[in-house]
Amino acid sequence: MSEIDPAAIAEQADVPTEPKQASHEVGRARRRKEDARLLTGRTQWTDNIQLPGMLYVQFLRSPMAHARITRVDVEAARQLPGVVAAFSGRDFAAEQGSLPCAWPVSEDIVIPDHPPMAYEEVRYVGEAVACVVATSRYQAADALEAIEVDYEPLPAVLDMNEALTGTSPKVHDQGNQAFTWKFGQGDIDEAFRDAPVVIDRTYVQQRLIPTAMEPRAVVCTTDGQSFTMWSATQIPHILRFLLAATTGIPEHMIRVIAPDVGGGFGSKLQVTAEEVLCLLLARRLGKPVKWTESRSEGNLTVHHGRDQIQHIMIAAEGDGRIRGIKVDLLADMGAYLMLVTPGVPLLGAFMYNGIYKMDAYDFACTGVFTTKMPTDAYRGAGRPEATYALERAIDELAHELKLDPMQVRRLNWIKHEEFPYTTIAGLTYDSGNYEAATDRAMALFGYDKLRAEQADRRDRGDPVQLGLGISTYTEMCGLAPSRVLGSLSYGAGGWEHGSVRMLPTGKVEVVTGSSAHGQGHETAWSQIVADALGVPYEDVSVLHGDTAISHKGMDTYGSRSLVVGGMAVLQACEKVKEKARRLAAHTLECSPDDIEFSQGAFKVKGTSQQKTIQELTLAAFAAHDLPDGMEPRLDADATIDPENFSYPHGTHLCAVEVDTETGQTKIRSYVAVDDVGRVVNPLIVEGQVHGGIAQGIAQALFEEAVYDAEGNLLTSTMADYLLPSAADLPTFVTDRTETPATSNPLGVKGVGEAGTIASTPAVVNAVVDALRPQGVHDIQMPCTPERVWRALQ
Amino acid sequence: MPRIAVTVDGIKYEQDVEPRLLLVHLLRDHLGKTGTPIGCDTSNCGACTVLLDGKSVKSCSVLAVQADGSDVVTIEGLATNGSMHPMQQAFHEEHALQCGYCTPGMVMASIDLLRTDPDPSEEAIREGLEGNLCRCTGYCNIVRAVKRGAQNVGATS
Repeated sequence: MSEIDPAAIAEQADVPTEPKQASHEVGRARRRKEDARLLTGRTQWTDNIQLPGMLYVQFLRSPMAHARITRVDVEAARQLPGVVAAFSGRDFAAEQGSLPCAWPVSEDIVIPDHPPMAYEEVRYVGEAVACVVATSRYQAADALEAIEVDYEPLPAVLDMNEALTGTSPKVHDQGNQAFTWKFGQGDIDEAFRDAPVVIDRTYVQQRLIPTAMEPRAVVCTTDGQSFTMWSATQIPHILRFLLAATTGIPEHMIRVIAPDVGGGFGSKLQVTAEEVLCLLLARRLGKPVKWTESRSEGNLTVHHGRDQIQHIMIAAEGDGRIRGIKVDLLADMGAYLMLVTPGVPLLGAFMYNGIYKMDAYDFACTGVFTTKMPTDAYRGAGRPEATYALERAIDELAHELKLDPMQVRRLNWIKHEEFPYTTIAGLTYDSGNYEAATDRAMALFGYDKLRAEQADRRDRGDPVQLGLGISTYTEMCGLAPSRVLGSLSYGAGGWEHGSVRMLPTGKVEVVTGSSAHGQGHETAWSQIVADALGVPYEDVSVLHGDTAISHKGMDTYGSRSLVVGGMAVLQACEKVKEKARRLAAHTLECSPDDIEFSQGAFKVKGTSQQKTIQELTLAAFAAHDLPDGMEPRLDADATIDPENFSYPHGTHLCAVEVDTETGQTKIRSYVAVDDVGRVVNPLIVEGQVHGGIAQGIAQALFEEAVYDAEGNLLTSTMADYLLPSAADLPTFVTDRTETPATSNPLGVKGVGEAGTIASTPAVVNAVVDALRPQGVHDIQMPCTPERVWRALQ
Repeated sequence: MPRIAVTVDGIKYEQDVEPRLLLVHLLRDHLGKTGTPIGCDTSNCGACTVLLDGKSVKSCSVLAVQADGSDVVTIEGLATNGSMHPMQQAFHEEHALQCGYCTPGMVMASIDLLRTDPDPSEEAIREGLEGNLCRCTGYCNIVRAVKRGAQNVGATS
């Protein structure tokens, strides 16, 4: 065996002896690394995976909203060509466990048993009752028709207010109330006592279907002992842990891989029945199995979002100054509590005060069971709902006082010189500048000119009226400080893990516990590492989404990846540099204190002597001459727990033309000025804002999951559930102000949910503003032409 | 089972197919052309768009037997000599994709759009791509990309 010759390796691998990286990467509009495979069809979606001997799974789903299962007969299905096995829920009753709820929010919470495949009772249309495993997709689908199920119908429970009456049929034996949760600060009674103005409104957050473009898919294989699961999930690490907890299969025998994942928006932040059952089917059959949902199946059975009735009251002085806010929510849980179902409305509990100062705040929430698909996290999760109710009610306050809605906001918001500011809800906003973002937005929008046009159209009695909508929002992001999650009874922490592996040739492998599904982490993390280590951007690769590669992680949701995951990677880089500094001092025969790091090189201060990080990495690999006690590697891990949430904010302005004769609305212009702190990649940030705005507009104008009186989902296909197309949306004008977060070293705040949180109230405020002279004060979302027209009659 | 002959991305295939087999399942499950994804079952989303004899079709709405004797181009067949098609390049430059699931269909539909309108206005692009849904981008950058793609295609033709 020949000896390793570091010099030869260095030459062959072109290890630089001069630093290569000169310019700053953070802040650059890098085109994404991810694009090459996504644009050429070389992506690995879960459904693309084919394994030898693979079998295909299909689920038979309940056509009843609520019924007792009296008989399931799968025998005829077993006899059909290509069918390997068919099972009823009862066949798995002993081993399937109960799908987990990780957020028991209160002491009075009712967490009903939630079998992945129902065998006694079904409680929503779409709940799985049986399955077929066959040698092809088509044969599995055919065989479903041969399964016989007898149901004894039970009454559907669909309306939350009715569900809470004593006479309502029960979804579960324990009753229809899932939990109550209360929170308050200050003297709310005092705030409302003799208040010159009280605004009292009720808003309905309609039920939404998240609709990531990639339907869910699961592949699971086993070697007889251990299991590998590929799933279109946002949370491979959490999924692995909870698959083990649910099924009793030891955690170290389960590997979960989230390959390329086609969007999530919270809908893939879940431990699903299909994941548990594919694991159990692979175990029972000893064969690889695949399940891919159809879109219609997904509309029924991917968890839904929103669905709250919000009662909000504002007490204010005669000049518009807010005294206090009182909120009472009913939140539709659907039929079961899934992963974070009960926690979603509580993520809004700290946001109903928004960016405003007040003396008192009171929040109460009641979770309600209905015979519908469970709700859970959907982009923003609790915070869009809170922002909507608040920003709608602020417009009502302005109208009541005959003040410009922006004037009321300016009067009440936290001034930029008042940060850090501890709000009435107990959060400490570290930084912000609402004045700057608003001034910029107003200028881009041409607010005064549009108000003049509005007045003119009103005077002329123009059948097409113009409305202006404002949303000045903040959000709590970067989920989350573990101690805060603990105090809210959440079942896990909010930390994140990152690793940096220095390869012998000086290239860098970064492993992140974040699990991207469209966000561009491979690009953004490369930029962070390139700057931190002074290596070329191209020399960094980012690995994620596989529990065998990324052994620790809390995954991606809640605008947390950059703020927590990115900071873990940055901290790992710092540790690498510290090791390299010691090695450089040893190699260059000086004290570590005499070494300075700049752009990828460790220099002896005041001399020209230096070693590049790549040279030091190779020296560590060869390990011929290391300081006493130093491990022969420069790699490092970091797990960080954020000290605070982050608080992006911004001002969104929307101008809507409303045809009073037809009810048709048209967004004429949309301006968003967001402050997400320091920006790593402006291209990615702009893209996130665009997409977020589109989803928020979709709630305002287009989307709604509708159940009929029997509990059938009427919007179970993409033909019925209206996602906006390019033709339905305008071009958005976006800009930024940059007020760095003070809670992390990069000053970043997160951007994944901002657009969705901000945009819905901006649009509905605009629609309502257009029609105020006609006496319209509210229009239920989505503001379809029919609803607008009816409001005018 | 009927036997069909179909050319996909320049390669000829002869295949026995069930009469009910969808073109998209022929591509994905039988020919290994997984670059074309499936996003719905009601032909609304357009993720599975391919070119069939030069015109865009949603391959979930075409039976494999209907493609007999035809030439199919998928996202996997666009690059030439290792270089991306100008439309693919434009999507990259303008950051017109995030999760990338709608992207193959969006690119194929955009190429077809230029066939009838080589220099489309923003409105023409928005109307022209109405049959392709994206959940990530809000379409702003897709519109920019198609404009840039039109310039790129014009410059190279």
